[in-house]
Amino acid sequence: MADKIRVLVAKPGLDGHDRGAKVIARAFRDAGFEVIYTGLRQTPEQIVAAAIQEDVDVVAMSLLSGAHGTLMPKVVKLLKEKGADDKLVIGGGVIPDDDIPALKEAGVAEVFTPGTPTSVPIEFIKTHVKK
Amino acid sequence: MDLVQQVREGNKVAIARLITKAENEAPEATAALRELYPDTGRAYLIGITGPPGSGKSTLTDKLVKEIRKRGKTVGVIAVDPSSPFTGGAILGDRIRMSDLSLDDGVFIRSMGTRGSLGGLSKATHDAIKILDAAGFDYVFIETVGVGQSEVDIVKTADTTVVVSVPGLGDDIQAIKAGIMEIGDLFVVNKADKDGAEKVVIELGQMLELNQNMGDWYPPIVKTIASTNEGIVGLVDKINEHLNYLANSGELIKRRKERISNEILNLILKRVTTKITGKLSEENFWENELDEILNKLKNPYDVTDRVVDEVLL
Repeated sequence: MADKIRVLVAKPGLDGHDRGAKVIARAFRDAGFEVIYTGLRQTPEQIVAAAIQEDVDVVAMSLLSGAHGTLMPKVVKLLKEKGADDKLVIGGGVIPDDDIPALKEAGVAEVFTPGTPTSVPIEFIKTHVKK
Repeated sequence: MDLVQQVREGNKVAIARLITKAENEAPEATAALRELYPDTGRAYLIGITGPPGSGKSTLTDKLVKEIRKRGKTVGVIAVDPSSPFTGGAILGDRIRMSDLSLDDGVFIRSMGTRGSLGGLSKATHDAIKILDAAGFDYVFIETVGVGQSEVDIVKTADTTVVVSVPGLGDDIQAIKAGIMEIGDLFVVNKADKDGAEKVVIELGQMLELNQNMGDWYPPIVKTIASTNEGIVGLVDKINEHLNYLANSGELIKRRKERISNEILNLILKRVTTKITGKLSEENFWENELDEILNKLKNPYDVTDRVVDEVLL
């Protein structure tokens, strides 16, 4: 049996809109992934602690508040500090195209914006997770 | 430094990796568990079970916080169902335990059932041993939301807590076999809802009818987990049960039973692997299917032959 892909779906920061996170969590489930959903309003520290304890392959963050430039790089940095930088970090939400290069520079592997079919991040994960 | 030593020292990255290896049935996991085995048996194992939505996760969150106040460390294993179709899962128990993520003395791991039907996952037992060897004083095992008969937890935990809520059915439900028989403690959660008192009475009447009660009379505790009501009392009762188990010899008895079960399961697993491997490599009964279909042979004789040839 192939090792199961585990994904943390996280909502960092203060926005309370988790419809997108739930849609993507459901799509990941149907793709055969084990999805750990953190719930709303998580700090980067909480997300990293959960990612480590759950030993996920992917940290997927959904962010609609505009704070992506601060919170996403912070998660990448903390993962590195804790010796857990083997995880694929991806982001999604209302993120302006102009901000994406800086996020990638900071270690976010890919950013998915509104209108992306759920099959796209699923394929991205299957391709990039080393199993 | 090797994984086993890091687990012994309580390194969370190492603990998490070893649980993953056990879940994926990697050979290194068995080797590591063999090495860690002498370090197990120190933790006190508490099972939390009950129907979906009864508040198991919220209750676990509050119990862990109370135990942390008393200076003990806690590991938590939270099981949620895997899809029978895709094998995928949404593991959502952590949502209720967000505040615990940053506590150094707590480790929470979510697991999908991955095909197991008894309320736990196949690797739950391995995960318990890993947390035990890592030095956690208590290990909580939260089952999937159960219906009536998923009772594996009672063979896994030292103390089983069955959570009920008002509004699920009448007193006949309370006297049915299965889940209602396995509680060392009963919790009526959401006790501010209508009908809570009725549930307490029905549970009490169910217990009164129990003929083979030992020296421990299971208490019924009312809680409102969301507001922390009844939690301190529940932790006291749980610890009281631990003392009872330790002083009466029941703890040793239960743990011996658990080891026998475990060995039996390991043997069965190995035998099953051997038989299925043999059958697939030689098309063992393929040729006989037509003969059985035409009643020239029967399944019982073929079974005897297969068992004789593979096992003896």
